[in-house]
Amino acid sequence: MTASGPLKVLRALAMPALLVLAWWAVSGSTFYLPSPAAVARAFAETWLSERLVDDVLPSAGRLLAGYALAGLLGVGLGVPIGLSRRLRATLEPVLEFFRAVPPPVLVPLIMLLAGIDTPMKVLVIVSGCVWPVLLNTVEGVRALDGVLADTCRMYGVRGVARLRRFVLPGAAPQIMAGLRQALSIGIILMVISEMFASSSGLGFTIVLFQRQFQIAEMWSGILLLGLLGLVLSLLFRRVERWVLAWYYGSGAARA
Amino acid sequence: MTRRDGWLSRLGYGAAGLGGLLLLIEAVPRLGLVDGRFLPPASEILATLATQLGTPELWVALGETLRGWAIGLALAFGAAVVLGVVIGIVPGLRALTNSTVEFLRPIPSVALVPLATLLFGPSLGSTLMLVVYAAFWQVLIQVLYGVAAVDPVAFDTARSYGLSAWSRVRHLVWPSALPYVMTGLRLAAAVAFILAVTAELVIGSPGLGAEIQVAQSSGAVSSVYALIVVAGLVGIAVNAAVRLLERRVLAWHPAVRSEVAA
Repeated sequence: MTASGPLKVLRALAMPALLVLAWWAVSGSTFYLPSPAAVARAFAETWLSERLVDDVLPSAGRLLAGYALAGLLGVGLGVPIGLSRRLRATLEPVLEFFRAVPPPVLVPLIMLLAGIDTPMKVLVIVSGCVWPVLLNTVEGVRALDGVLADTCRMYGVRGVARLRRFVLPGAAPQIMAGLRQALSIGIILMVISEMFASSSGLGFTIVLFQRQFQIAEMWSGILLLGLLGLVLSLLFRRVERWVLAWYYGSGAARA
Repeated sequence: MTRRDGWLSRLGYGAAGLGGLLLLIEAVPRLGLVDGRFLPPASEILATLATQLGTPELWVALGETLRGWAIGLALAFGAAVVLGVVIGIVPGLRALTNSTVEFLRPIPSVALVPLATLLFGPSLGSTLMLVVYAAFWQVLIQVLYGVAAVDPVAFDTARSYGLSAWSRVRHLVWPSALPYVMTGLRLAAAVAFILAVTAELVIGSPGLGAEIQVAQSSGAVSSVYALIVVAGLVGIAVNAAVRLLERRVLAWHPAVRSEVAA
């Protein structure tokens, strides 16, 4: 099934080209769907301007800040919880509850506690992203290889060395799975927190376009959000491959 | 015997954990660490929850949310299974659609919020649009994995025995892919619930999310907390129901069988 280069490119582009053509064909019929050319023009005019610095970059910055904080918090709390049976049994129902709460409902709550500025938005992202990371870390640490744990004890590997050489690498595949879930939740929360109460940011701007019936601009915003999601997921896959190189190399991932 | 003991003491620890959380939420506002206007004591939240559970409004809202969730999930699941099987079986279609799927899948469905608002306004349609988009990809990807994992020898055997295309799908592809399909359904059910509540919260479609939004803007803080507890409990119920379904549907599968035997 190995196709040569040009054929591969052709196959990858055929379907999207068809879809754009179909879009073009139906775009005239309704007010809500401008033509691809109009959206492309709106995209260039809207986002390749000062908005990129004023709205897009701050949004992305908040997302990354919240995501990083949630990752640190999730792993930092998850490791001790995973290592201690009692702690795990005590906290399990509480954690299951917090995981089951749909993260967006926390937005109105956090607005009460933290106002509507940047700290609120970062806090919202942290509050949603931390649970998948935390619970997956707990699972990963809990399922560490028992023989390896005994070996570590025999050789007197303990403390920081044990954490760095045994616990974290052993739990890494699970932790990365949690981080992947957290990323898509983070994007959702970034957009929602800005739609709620804000005067800048990607979510705010897109809703503003919609309220002013700037349809082409609104579509360009949807497109930008899609691109952001795509870029972040590609980036994540890169990082994951790099962090878990040993894991994929060993073939364990396919089992 | 020891297993049973372990189970009992785990229950005890779990109860202690929940009790601890409630005590903490009771103590923090009472000691004045956080303003009681923003975080009412646990007893007040639970009292509000009890009152709310007695009103029809809560149950109506809950019903609306679950209706949007169920219809959206069913639509997405049906479409994704049919498309996934077709794409997975017809030769060449997988390679042709791959780039499109990989491009559309990571688009966050909240990006569709403005479009849904324009097209449907605060109604069930908005909820369905977000739910279907979010849940569809979860199932589709798993179906594609599942169909790709069908044993090629079994497939060739079925073909050389002259099974028709339909019975190959029915008796070989579907059972082989079923564990993947159920995984997709489980992921999709959770995501669909999140998006159903999101649509209500942001667009104002009737349901739990809209109730939370109303309670928040009218300053009924303990109601906000009570409704969030309800949302969490529903989330737990949704997860548990899908897990139960998964077990029943896959009761024949070795992975589930060995789990029960152990």
